[in-house]
Amino acid sequence: MKIRLLAGLVVLGLAAVGCGGAKVDSGTTGSSAPAAGSSASASGAGTVKIAINPWVGYEASANVVAYLLKNELGYTVELPEIKEQLAWEGFETGDVDVIIENWGHPDLKKKFIDEKKVAQVAGSTGNKGVIGWYIPKWMADEHPDITDYKSLNKYASLFKTSESGDKGQLLFGDPSYVSNEEALIKNLKLNYKVVVGGSEAALIKSAQQAQEQKKPLLFYFWDPHWLFSKTDLVRVNLPAYTEGCDADPKKVACDYPEMDLDKIVSTKFAQTGGKAYELVKNFHWTNEDQNAVADDMTNNGMTGEQAAKKWVEANTAKWQAWIPK
Amino acid sequence: MSSAAVPTPSRLAGLPRWVAPAGVAVLFVAAYLVFRGTATLPHDKEAPQFLAVTELREWIDDHRNDNPLFLYFLNYIRLFVGSLYDLFETVLYGLGWPGITGIMGALAWLAGGWRIALLAVGGVSAFGVLGLWGSSVDTLALVAVAVLLSLAIGIPVGVWAGLSGRARRAITPVLDVMQIMPTFAYLAPLALFFHIGAPAGAIATMIYSIPPAIRITALAVSEVSPTAVEASASLGATRRQTLFKVYLPLARSTIALAINQTIMMALSMVVIANLISAPGLGGDIIRGLSRAQVGIMLPAGIAVVVMAVVLDRMMMALARRDPHAKLRRTDLAAAGVLAAAGLALIPVLPKVWPESLTINMVAEVNDAVHWAETNWYAVTTWIKDTTSHLLLNPLESLLTTAPWWLVALAVLAVAWRVSGARPALVALGCLLAIALLGVWEHTMQTMTTVAVAVLVTLVIGLLLGVAAARSPRWSAVQRPLLDAAQTMPAFVYLLPALALFGTTRFTAIFASVIYAVPPVVRLVEDGIKAVPATVVEAAASAGSTPGQLLWKVQLPMARQAILLAANQGIVMTLAMVVVGGLVGAGALGYDVVTGFSQRTDFGMGFVAGIATVLLGVMLDRITQGADRRPSPRKRKFT
Repeated sequence: MKIRLLAGLVVLGLAAVGCGGAKVDSGTTGSSAPAAGSSASASGAGTVKIAINPWVGYEASANVVAYLLKNELGYTVELPEIKEQLAWEGFETGDVDVIIENWGHPDLKKKFIDEKKVAQVAGSTGNKGVIGWYIPKWMADEHPDITDYKSLNKYASLFKTSESGDKGQLLFGDPSYVSNEEALIKNLKLNYKVVVGGSEAALIKSAQQAQEQKKPLLFYFWDPHWLFSKTDLVRVNLPAYTEGCDADPKKVACDYPEMDLDKIVSTKFAQTGGKAYELVKNFHWTNEDQNAVADDMTNNGMTGEQAAKKWVEANTAKWQAWIPK
Repeated sequence: MSSAAVPTPSRLAGLPRWVAPAGVAVLFVAAYLVFRGTATLPHDKEAPQFLAVTELREWIDDHRNDNPLFLYFLNYIRLFVGSLYDLFETVLYGLGWPGITGIMGALAWLAGGWRIALLAVGGVSAFGVLGLWGSSVDTLALVAVAVLLSLAIGIPVGVWAGLSGRARRAITPVLDVMQIMPTFAYLAPLALFFHIGAPAGAIATMIYSIPPAIRITALAVSEVSPTAVEASASLGATRRQTLFKVYLPLARSTIALAINQTIMMALSMVVIANLISAPGLGGDIIRGLSRAQVGIMLPAGIAVVVMAVVLDRMMMALARRDPHAKLRRTDLAAAGVLAAAGLALIPVLPKVWPESLTINMVAEVNDAVHWAETNWYAVTTWIKDTTSHLLLNPLESLLTTAPWWLVALAVLAVAWRVSGARPALVALGCLLAIALLGVWEHTMQTMTTVAVAVLVTLVIGLLLGVAAARSPRWSAVQRPLLDAAQTMPAFVYLLPALALFGTTRFTAIFASVIYAVPPVVRLVEDGIKAVPATVVEAAASAGSTPGQLLWKVQLPMARQAILLAANQGIVMTLAMVVVGGLVGAGALGYDVVTGFSQRTDFGMGFVAGIATVLLGVMLDRITQGADRRPSPRKRKFT
């Protein structure tokens, strides 16, 4: 009985696709098209899937866009937890429509935009992003030369922990983050070991403890981030970035560039997303805007939706310009 | 106590037995001191083995839509599983919470009466109350698809294996390996062939949950009494009739057990499948993990446990029911009323659980965890640092600085002694394969973590097991706790560990200890209880103190059970330590996680997944002497 039912389904599946073979994305219904299949949608406009990458600044942007899509345009929004690089693959499988804050990723752009043509850039978010290595301010006060990468080896013993053995510890965040750390340590001949904290929260907690309790800490961090307005941090100067110095990931021996963060959408969404796509394309704000929302989400006990609502109510003029006519 | 000092002849005769291993150990130590730091195999992220796999993946990605293998075979499987999932999801969402509650209640009533029905209704409502209705429904759909497919394949294969000895011999080794494979190892190959998303997640879950379906069905069928089969054959039944009218009905309740086990396995995989973007409660767990907020993870963890308990009790009730009893009319009516009420309410009540009826405990849980962190910080940090400095770091540097051939020789020697020649050669083969794969250093690190975790597990397991065996009251208190612990999906144990210890190797150790202790306790307790009462009485009447009784009689005679417990403990610990890659355990588990997060490291993650399997087989072979090799006493006579 069961077998026969399954066989029937197989036949149906085959029939639905015809005889041309099955493409990876041909099974998924156009997610942003007026959703007949997704019965979860309360309104008729359709569903938009914005991938959530694991840092609060990203979530802030995603929540503000989601709030506007829901309340101004009547879309249903899904916010699946998918990490940076997997989200790009999601464009192909139909699991993702929008990446709201993309940090560079030239290799993925080449593959998914130029070669596979399943994604495209939908303009800048207005945020300027830069990754770097940071220490708490008290360390820079006590050891003025520590902010130069050349003297890091001299201080390596300060940064030793139970996890880094006889080397200094460089605390890293989520495994999915953009990272040149291993290559930098190797190419600059630093006596350090990357220890993975596993999350943005682990980085923040360690940074706050380090400044408050005067503990040594060298860690990976990025701007825009609300933390800079609450805890004094100093950036370590790696060899300055020059155009193309990070072209070969194995040979990187320079600092991270300042990036113009942009939005990536699936080609399907760009073609059929209608007003939702217009809104995503028009979305453009400043680092201060993002930090305000992120701060509310992290430190003032608000959910993403509440923080987005607060920002939206206070900044009508800004988001009005994003709403498609 | 002093009486133990009297030397007995047997002990003198036993002395040389200790000399040989000690001598070998001294040799190993000497070799280590001489050759330390030479012939090590340090980890290289750019190893050619990894790059080859990464390239293969890039090639597959580019040809997923034009290679015939994908176009006409793999993509159809993906499409089929995907549409099955969509079907379930649409139906479940269409039913809404009134419909699902009513139907689950009705099914539960049919399975086991009003108590189970109440549990089911309460459980389903709990998903809503926890504010996780959507994720829970996704998980339910994913489990349903995976279990359905597992059973559709597993039960026929199981029946075949049950009827034919040859089939069973062919399938058993495959199942053995599948069962010691850590959940992580399944993900990368599936992502390779089936891409990411719900279909890939469902397929991974299906493959993971298939072994118990096959194994228990085979057992059930092979246990059907031959007289019944002969009787039916002599009455002229065809083979088909014998199968459907004799074998399957008689094996029914055991097959229900197989379904139960399949569901439990599926539930423990469903969360990890989120690493390849499968929807459901796993997303909430991972979200909590990447925000380091136990408050987000705990409700999702509870929801998975609730789902496991509801489904477990329903299937167990079904398995326990007397096969000849007809359903009573009142039960049928009650179930009908429940289902009808649920369905009738669909248009009236909102489909999505009303937000006003949810309990949001994120902030409270986070506060509690924060409180524990600040107040127990000194103690937890001390435990963590002491373990790291005294056990983990020295052992890790020992294993990573020793020449690879010395470690291989040590493994060979230990496995040979504990389990015999063949397992020792298999273990050696696995270790050499790991070296060739280029993940030696990380494997040694994972092995360190596993070793420490197993040590702690065995100490705790022996203590609790002995206590339970000697005091029935203690046993009665402990047993329900152990039962509950064993129905919980593995990752749930990560939560308290994470709350107490942050993301470090120790977190994984702590989690794997709580995960592996229950079965160890149980095996030890049963082993000691199985010592014949006459032997115990004889020893007691000969004047043994309780301590002597334990050390001289009960523990030695329970040796088999204790070795088996060690074997179980090691396999479970490895599975957990690898999952611990998510929470700072590093090494192989982390390589797997990185493989999914960074495209350029896909090859490394893939290889690390294979290495965990090899490591599992190796550790299993080293300790499997327990159940397969005759005890030394018996061997003398053969």
